[in-house]
Amino acid sequence: MLDFLAQRVAVSIVTFFLITLIVFTGVRMIPGDPARVLAGMDADAAGLEEIRAKYGLNDPIPVQYFRWLTLALRGDLGESIRTREPVVKTVAMKLPITMQLAAFSLLIAIGIAIPAGVFSAVRRNTVWDLLANAVSLCGVSIPSFWLGIMLILFLSVRVHLLPASGFVPFFQDPLANLQRMLMPAFVLGAALAAVLMRQTRNSMIEVMSANYIRTAYSKGLAEWVVIFRHALRNGLIPIVTILGLQMGALMGGAVVTEQIFVVPGFGRLIVEAVFTRDYPLVQGVVLITASSYVLINLLVDVSYSLLNPRIRVKGSSDES
Amino acid sequence: MSHDRGNATSAGNAGPGVTEAAASVHRSRRTWRRAMRRPPAVVGAVVVVVFTAMAVGAPLLATGDPIRTNWSQIRKAPTLAHLFGTDELGRDVFSRVVWGARTSMQAGVLSILLAICVGVPIGLVAGYYRRTIDQVIMRLTDAWLSFPFLILAIGLVTILGPSLTNATVAIGMAATPTYIRLTRGLVLSTAQEDYVQSARALGGGDVRMMLRHILPNIFSALLVQATVSIPGAIIAEAILSFLGLGVQPPTPSWGTMLNTAQQFLETAPWMAWWPGLAIFFLALSFNLAGDGLRDFLDPKDY
Repeated sequence: MLDFLAQRVAVSIVTFFLITLIVFTGVRMIPGDPARVLAGMDADAAGLEEIRAKYGLNDPIPVQYFRWLTLALRGDLGESIRTREPVVKTVAMKLPITMQLAAFSLLIAIGIAIPAGVFSAVRRNTVWDLLANAVSLCGVSIPSFWLGIMLILFLSVRVHLLPASGFVPFFQDPLANLQRMLMPAFVLGAALAAVLMRQTRNSMIEVMSANYIRTAYSKGLAEWVVIFRHALRNGLIPIVTILGLQMGALMGGAVVTEQIFVVPGFGRLIVEAVFTRDYPLVQGVVLITASSYVLINLLVDVSYSLLNPRIRVKGSSDES
Repeated sequence: MSHDRGNATSAGNAGPGVTEAAASVHRSRRTWRRAMRRPPAVVGAVVVVVFTAMAVGAPLLATGDPIRTNWSQIRKAPTLAHLFGTDELGRDVFSRVVWGARTSMQAGVLSILLAICVGVPIGLVAGYYRRTIDQVIMRLTDAWLSFPFLILAIGLVTILGPSLTNATVAIGMAATPTYIRLTRGLVLSTAQEDYVQSARALGGGDVRMMLRHILPNIFSALLVQATVSIPGAIIAEAILSFLGLGVQPPTPSWGTMLNTAQQFLETAPWMAWWPGLAIFFLALSFNLAGDGLRDFLDPKDY
């Protein structure tokens, strides 16, 4: 048990260091003087000197990497070129907005996908199953930003049901906040729902053929009891792993969704940073995203091994 | 997974010609019948072919110049002269959608090709040699995979600069670790097979083992993966162009067209319809064809 945990944590730490290495190398690959890259085009000689001193840009590359890494681990990811605010602070301000959006879309995705997937598996090879599969396939194929534009066209431009864009903080006006979050959350959740539904269906089909399910049926239990109490519990296990792995797609999707609906979150921040060539900010956002992805998946795996001893055995044999 | 199609066709040269030819006809008829049992996959494949034809024959199919502006025809609703209407600069939307197919197919197919060319050899080496080199490669792959696909592509475009070529490279590089991982896993299981072991015992060298005995047998699985990752790459190109990080104006791309269309939703909604529908149908057909191909190549299905 402890072995498994230790191994899993060790792998995550190694991954994290490799991520920092990739991000560091990436920024050094931008053509031009690295001090210029990090300080911005309109920095004066003093500004450049300050950056050179902070990151020791005349030192050998490995020394520079360790200096940058130490600062990063202390929570210093440099300053935004545009606003001169610390990168960490800028990200921290935008993060809650994106997290609300992500949480909402997760709720929507789960709310659609799990019931649809279970139903589809239980009524396998019926018209309903076929329909659910078709909808899911369309969900995977539809470009989320086009779905967003179409929703704006029909719900905002044609019938004025929901505001097309903008953001109001939840604590300022909860209703206005929810109205503006509904469409982006649905757009972001739709793609996730499509993937989740397929996985739920597959997983439930597998579980439903297990012997203990047959036993449960032959005991005379009601169908819904067998499905929800017996099958779904085991069927959900792989779903949570998939959910963890899909967090990356969710973060990527947030970039586009926020762009369409003008939600001032983390995703809009990265696009603005790219356009203004705010490299420290891009670097910080990419590093934070990748690290949180590793952390989320570590937590998913660890919480699992605590809940279900079978995973530990399976997980450790999968490794290497 | 383990039947070798390449050998099956080349075997026609050997042996008594007549029976071989008959067997080959029988085989291809059976293959045809099996394929026809999956109408959605067939439809998907046909639509993919149609889009490919559109991409190749764009100069012939387009009814107008996709780039030339016409100030007297600004944002006109669809008519016979302009089937899909005109855009904010008076350009023919139909022609732009047709030329956009070229951009999308190019980005989708070339990026995945790049991912395969880089990922498969690395995966082969990792799975074949195992031990330290495998550990190093896999840890790096894990780290690479921790960057969300789109965020990584955006980061790479930031370094490389926005253009269609760079977007293609960025998408390809972001898709590479999937192929490393898949290839490695397939090699690990294939290398244990008796026929690989016996080829090894006969004194086959490492390169020969990988290229002649392992690669042909994992080919079908790689093909299926390619078919299902191309729609993702097509959508990724559209997203990058939509964000302004891919194809630059005035080159027609479905993503940039949608970006402009969003500003004119109230007055010219047709500008948003067609490029989006095109991406949707192309991605859907690739997905349908890919699903069908997976079932088709699954040996359990015989």
